Amino acid sequence: MEPILETKKLCHIYSPGTPFEHGALRDVDLAIYEGEFLGVMGRTGSGKSTLIQHLNGLLKPTSGQVLLRGEDIWASKESTRQARFQVGLVFQYPEYQLFEETVYKDIAFGPRNMGLDDGEIDRRVRQAAAFVELPESVLEQSPFDLSGGQKRRVAIAGVIAMEPSVLILDEPTAGLDPVGTEHILGNIRDYHRSKNATVIIVSHSMEEMARTAERLVVVHDGRIPLQGPPREIFAHGEELEEMGLGVPQMARVFHRLRAMGADIDPSVYTVEQARDAILTALGKAVE
Amino acid sequence: MKDITLGQFFPGDTVVHRLDPRTKIVFTALYIVALFLAKSYVSYGVVLGVLALCVALSRIKVKVLLRGMRAVIFIVAITALLNLFYTAGAPGEAPLFSWWIFTVYPAGVRAAAFMILRILLLISCTFLLTYTTSPILITDGLERLLSPLKKIKVPVHELAMMMSIALRFIPTLVEETDKIMSAQRARGADFDTGNLARRAKALVPLLVPLFISAFRRADELAIAMECRCYHGGEGRTRLRQLKFAAIDYAAFSWGIALCVIVWALARCGL
Ligand SMILES: Nc1ncnc2c1ncn2[C@@H]1O[C@H](COP(=O)(O)OP(=O)(O)OP(=O)(O)O)[C@@H](O)[C@H]1O
Ligand SMILES: [Mg+2]
Repeated sequence: MEPILETKKLCHIYSPGTPFEHGALRDVDLAIYEGEFLGVMGRTGSGKSTLIQHLNGLLKPTSGQVLLRGEDIWASKESTRQARFQVGLVFQYPEYQLFEETVYKDIAFGPRNMGLDDGEIDRRVRQAAAFVELPESVLEQSPFDLSGGQKRRVAIAGVIAMEPSVLILDEPTAGLDPVGTEHILGNIRDYHRSKNATVIIVSHSMEEMARTAERLVVVHDGRIPLQGPPREIFAHGEELEEMGLGVPQMARVFHRLRAMGADIDPSVYTVEQARDAILTALGKAVE
Repeated sequence: MKDITLGQFFPGDTVVHRLDPRTKIVFTALYIVALFLAKSYVSYGVVLGVLALCVALSRIKVKVLLRGMRAVIFIVAITALLNLFYTAGAPGEAPLFSWWIFTVYPAGVRAAAFMILRILLLISCTFLLTYTTSPILITDGLERLLSPLKKIKVPVHELAMMMSIALRFIPTLVEETDKIMSAQRARGADFDTGNLARRAKALVPLLVPLFISAFRRADELAIAMECRCYHGGEGRTRLRQLKFAAIDYAAFSWGIALCVIVWALARCGL
């Protein structure tokens, strides 16, 4: 299968030629496939944000390439512009970028920059607001009168309204309570499913990743030492710990159980899988 | 955006870095005085040599120093051109070159060269100060140097505090500007093309969030300061005590010596 987005030998150096020179990405090769739900994890400062800002052409690689559907996004001005619209990026704490008088206008900012007509803009704004469960009545309010969680949703809607085929979110749930977190993740899953969009989420939370992502990419020190389905990734418990990442609680419990000699599936990482694994184990024991 | 080196601090551990900030400020002032007293090749040679020595001691790369100059190239060029064309030669001196309204005398070439050298040295020495001294130390030093003015009711402490806060927040605001710009670019905002009116309009999505966050930060900072019982400079002791060492007295005397030498050279017609 052709990847929708691909990086080839991607390197990024911040402030080259000064004493503050810092290589944030080194020779990163990554392929992202149409329709997948990808999780990017890594400890703070590992280069996650730097990596995703390359995917829609906000940062220019120091060397290497970023390909969108096989075409270099830096090939021409037009292809960079296209990359910005096709790959939607929601920044960390996106609520700080709101600026319009009303929520409606703020969500419409992206679609308007795309040069769409008013009817289409209206359709997209309403649909995006529905995706993030913002009631119609909020649309005419000022974004600055909303609660933090609502502001976050307005900001996410602002990117969703551009209907990108790849949606990237940098720590979309940072600083939200469990209910708010669940809501936003649910909204993103809805978008993924109904638009068949590719979604990339950056997160610190293993539990969150375990539950939502189909494939995980681990960024460490500007490289990608591990990638694969959560099952495989969480089997590398010790390596993850060394990189300053944990494994989900359930995975840890099951590793310990196995270490203690219990005959159970070691690749368990969610509560549901744990329940099934324990039931099978008990079922066997009963027999 | 990140690449503004103007007035940036490069941490290090050289003699120049370790000097008391008051010494460096006073030495820089004395150096500038010497610079304006210099009139001839010899005296310019002396001040240039002193700067070269300081740069070498501080281990600041010449390349870094030169990069900081880029911002002023335009001003230097204009000043040099004006000097070149508007300096009249000594009576009887033949012009080097004359075309339309432009006439260039040897004296003009000399004046232009000195002017370029003077501006570049002036900027280099102030850059050297900010490159080797953290902004906080500079304000501390300034506050101490200006503290006699408290007698005539100049709010020295408050000014210094404002300056340190402003300095502290420049990098934060630059970073914030970068971040908001990227975020709006991701939504298709275009800051770089179009005519002046369009560009000004394109700044709204940048400036509104920037101001909001600046005000929020100011608010939070004020509360945080009050929570720690900040109530102005009265009776405050300092975290960093500034102390003169032998090297500081040496630097002072060298600074004064430099001025005297250059002045004496000028008196001797050199
Ligand atoms: N604008 C910049 N200038 C210089 N260095 C930078 C810049 N942005 C990031 N860095 C450095 O690059 C490295 C990677 O940063 P990045 O923001 O990609 O990390 P991250 O994985 O997103 O971390 P976090 O989880 O804290 O968001 C860090 O060491 C950081 O200090
Ligand atoms: Mg980040």
